[in-house]
Amino acid sequence: MITARAFKASDAPGMRWDVERVRKDFPALDQQVHGKPLVYLDNAATSQKPQAVIDALVSYYSRDNANVHRGVHLLSERATEAYEGARVRIQRHLNAASAHEIIFVRQATEGINLVMATFGRSFVGPGDEIVITAIEHHANIVPWQMLCEEKRAALRVVPVDDRGDLIMEEYARLLGPRTRLVATTQVSNALGTVTPIKEIIRLAHRHQIPVLVDGAQAVPHHQVDVQDLGCDFYVFSGHKTFGPTGIGILYGKETWLERMPPYQGGGDMIKAVTFEKTIYNELPYKFEAGTPHIAGAIGLATALEYIAGLGLDRIGEWEHGLLAYGTELLATVPGLRLIGTARRKSAVLSFVLDDIHAHDLGTVLDHQGVAVRAGHHCAMPVMQRFGVPATVRASLAFYNTPAELETLASAVQKALEIFR
Amino acid sequence: MSELRELYQQVILDHNRKPRNFRTLEGANRRAEGYNPLCGDQITLYLNVEDGVVKDAAFQGKGCAISMASASMMTGSVSGKPEAEAVALFRRVHAMLTAEPTGEVAGDGLGKLAVFAGVREFPSRIKCATLAWHTLQAALSRAAEPVSTE
Repeated sequence: MITARAFKASDAPGMRWDVERVRKDFPALDQQVHGKPLVYLDNAATSQKPQAVIDALVSYYSRDNANVHRGVHLLSERATEAYEGARVRIQRHLNAASAHEIIFVRQATEGINLVMATFGRSFVGPGDEIVITAIEHHANIVPWQMLCEEKRAALRVVPVDDRGDLIMEEYARLLGPRTRLVATTQVSNALGTVTPIKEIIRLAHRHQIPVLVDGAQAVPHHQVDVQDLGCDFYVFSGHKTFGPTGIGILYGKETWLERMPPYQGGGDMIKAVTFEKTIYNELPYKFEAGTPHIAGAIGLATALEYIAGLGLDRIGEWEHGLLAYGTELLATVPGLRLIGTARRKSAVLSFVLDDIHAHDLGTVLDHQGVAVRAGHHCAMPVMQRFGVPATVRASLAFYNTPAELETLASAVQKALEIFR
Repeated sequence: MSELRELYQQVILDHNRKPRNFRTLEGANRRAEGYNPLCGDQITLYLNVEDGVVKDAAFQGKGCAISMASASMMTGSVSGKPEAEAVALFRRVHAMLTAEPTGEVAGDGLGKLAVFAGVREFPSRIKCATLAWHTLQAALSRAAEPVSTE
């Protein structure tokens, strides 16, 4: 049924990637759903967790569990050490200049909302402008809309072409004296577009405009160096990066974080409280009110070390090969149209099939063991731009295999038979 | 695959391909919007109700096969029925769709609508099937706001 060529070593040149061995690190991959082996292709929604991360959580809760930054007892010291140690491990992974530029939040969404509520409320006023792009996740649209409404500021949107690439000439034109912030994705969750992030930042900085980068879909696949990028803010989620849910990172340049007011009030973010006045704590605690997700921070640091250990270059090569192979396989399916064909693409295959609705297709795939997302991917403006109500999205990770892509293509063919 | 065939029966596929009553209704005196934010299914339902009887029902919209077939068959089922009977039908269909999959199929007396019983095996799709019926209930109770299955 599948007429495309077989997966070749040249799809992932110069490497020996023992995908079967890597898969053994992920217990959730080894199961059957609806009587079929699980083919997990919903990694852009959330990734599976390696045993190392699961072990880190179990170990923390089994031995070190205590509250941080306040106990005089041994367990509290161990928990504090593990939590602050995680911050340093994450700082190193991102090559941030300082550990106190790493703020623990719940996920990328909260990181963006934090910047909106603190930076935005301090530095954006009536008539000012925020620039975002047409391929943002709702998390990088709605907070800015809320801010613009509150401050009577304006939201400007960089358009995309039919491939899903940003139109950079339009972007350059949108930057002006009233632009207070550029908020852009590094990798589109719905289309897989890899944006020219360094060029975006370079152009904004020419006008002294700070840039927030949504890296939720980038950190799981690429080596990210925030100093090399030069971005002012960078956010990502732990759970899409093989770590736990409920933990994410906001990186911010110290110069900005120092000037921004606190986000939430509570314990840990204060130095001294009287009923007359509260003195806020220093970075990063100023932005971390309340008992944090200690285990999550440790799990996330472990996840980042796990992927660094595999090698992000090797991960990138393997995924690039999978993307090329999957693109060819799906091209053999009659009536299938890929949505998102950017020049630089991450391993996302978003598609529609004739007049079969994405939701129906998702159900048929699920019953053949293939887990995909069917819907608007929290990016309704992207769907409107491409004139589709929804797409099916297969989003890959380094533990996916060429054989799984063949299963996906066969499963799509099966849907054609059912709906014929 | 048999479960899939149970869900996507020929009747459902046929109503999806050629939805009946898929039009606006001139002089409709009841109208309701239905929307399923999870998957984007959207329908506009038009009713012409006279002397307590649903004289005519039509719809427009877009969505998955289950939602379109359900709207197509719902409009066909309630046309010509007294309002009270249409509401009673809504209740029975709803009960069938939300019953425990292991329980008795409460589809007897539902006629062709019993083809939707298979949806119970697909929890994420039940709202697709109930959307048209919730919209019907909204139109009959003259609810002005769009109904949502969320």
